Amino acid sequence: MKPLFNILIVCTALLVGYGFCQAMFIAPTEATMGDVQRIFYYHLPSAWVAFLLFFVNFLASCWYLIRRGKGADALALAAAEVGVVYCSIVLITGPIWARPIWGIWWTWDARLTSTLVLWLIYVSYLVLRHYAIGGQVPVLAAALGIFGFVDVPIVYMAIRWFRTQHPQPVIAGGEGSGLDHRMWVAVLWNLLAFSMLALVYVIVRYRQALEVQEIEEAHAHAALDLEEAQ
Amino acid sequence: MTPAPGVWTITRRSLAKDLRLEWRSKDAINSMLFFALLVVVIFSFGFDPTAEESRRIAGGLLWVAILFATVVALNQTWTRELRNQVLDAYRLSPAPPQALFLAKSLGNFLFVAILEVLMVPLFVVFYNLRSVGPVWQLLVVAVLATWALVVNGTFFAALSIRTRSREIMLPLILFPISIPALLAMVDATTSILTGESSPVFWIRLLTVYDLVFTTVCLILFEPVLNAE
Repeated sequence: MKPLFNILIVCTALLVGYGFCQAMFIAPTEATMGDVQRIFYYHLPSAWVAFLLFFVNFLASCWYLIRRGKGADALALAAAEVGVVYCSIVLITGPIWARPIWGIWWTWDARLTSTLVLWLIYVSYLVLRHYAIGGQVPVLAAALGIFGFVDVPIVYMAIRWFRTQHPQPVIAGGEGSGLDHRMWVAVLWNLLAFSMLALVYVIVRYRQALEVQEIEEAHAHAALDLEEAQ
Repeated sequence: MTPAPGVWTITRRSLAKDLRLEWRSKDAINSMLFFALLVVVIFSFGFDPTAEESRRIAGGLLWVAILFATVVALNQTWTRELRNQVLDAYRLSPAPPQALFLAKSLGNFLFVAILEVLMVPLFVVFYNLRSVGPVWQLLVVAVLATWALVVNGTFFAALSIRTRSREIMLPLILFPISIPALLAMVDATTSILTGESSPVFWIRLLTVYDLVFTTVCLILFEPVLNAE
């Protein structure tokens, strides 16, 4: 497994580098926004990867509640953690772009607000994992993971309606329709690079989580043995 | 041998026990009421509650006050069962866990409903309110919104009693999930009070939210209760 993982790391590093070249040098400069728009090549792939990881967390949580496999719990934890990191990247790169283009850092627009709520939900998941005690952590976390994921479509519906009812504070922005094909190439390369990077992180965190589980079990056994000896 | 009592019988008995306990101690209702009163008074210092302006923000204030007060009550629901290992006894008994969950949720629903009945007149007086839209719609919103807060709140309170610093934990996990419900209850109330727009979408959203999360809670309560 070890050599395979090393190859994966090397490939990921190369891809991230190539994605950087694509985003910074090869993709054409956007006509009205200028170079600031290049942050988009990191913003969009991060968002997609974050959503994907939250979905993985949901699947792993369901799997854990059905089968009680230790691996499922470790995967749920790893996916949620890396997902929160990627979601944070989205929430940080967004305002950096918005400030020069919209003239403000933040607006309570539908997509921004729902991403923020999504981030809050998964941060609360990590907080629960941190504070829960003993062997029940996986069950409680899996339950909350399912709640969080079920909530996502309702959040989107509520916030979209909320924002279509009220006038938009800021117009402009909103690319997407007429994207140059070289821009698409840069987006896709970076999407691939960021997905691979996420995979590397998830694998590392997954292994660590499994090790932590083993250590905790060993401690519990040791405590039991000690009690029996007395 | 008598046949085992059904889910509804157990729910009813468990609910009756909770209500009797609350009737004798009045722990939850008193602390909730006083807390909500404090929130309302403190809010009124934050801005000038003149009639036109207050109608626009009253929905938000009322529900935020009720939300905070609900958390106070929810924190007490399960801690009561930890004393004398009542919860462990319940796990050992063959009674369906869903019955326990339903009884707790219904009990909390009643407590929060009583709070609302007492708080709303106070709100009307303090903020000089008069609804422009039909009042019966407010009643529908209140019932749906209270259940939305209470059903997830009861479930998450059961999660948070298993954590360190449990009192802090409940709002941390309850508020993010409840954001769509809060948005719906606040906007529905505001649109009824001001009469500017229709609350129908929000009432539908609250109904969907209630149905979805009641189902999820009932499915997931058993593994959570027996987690160890």
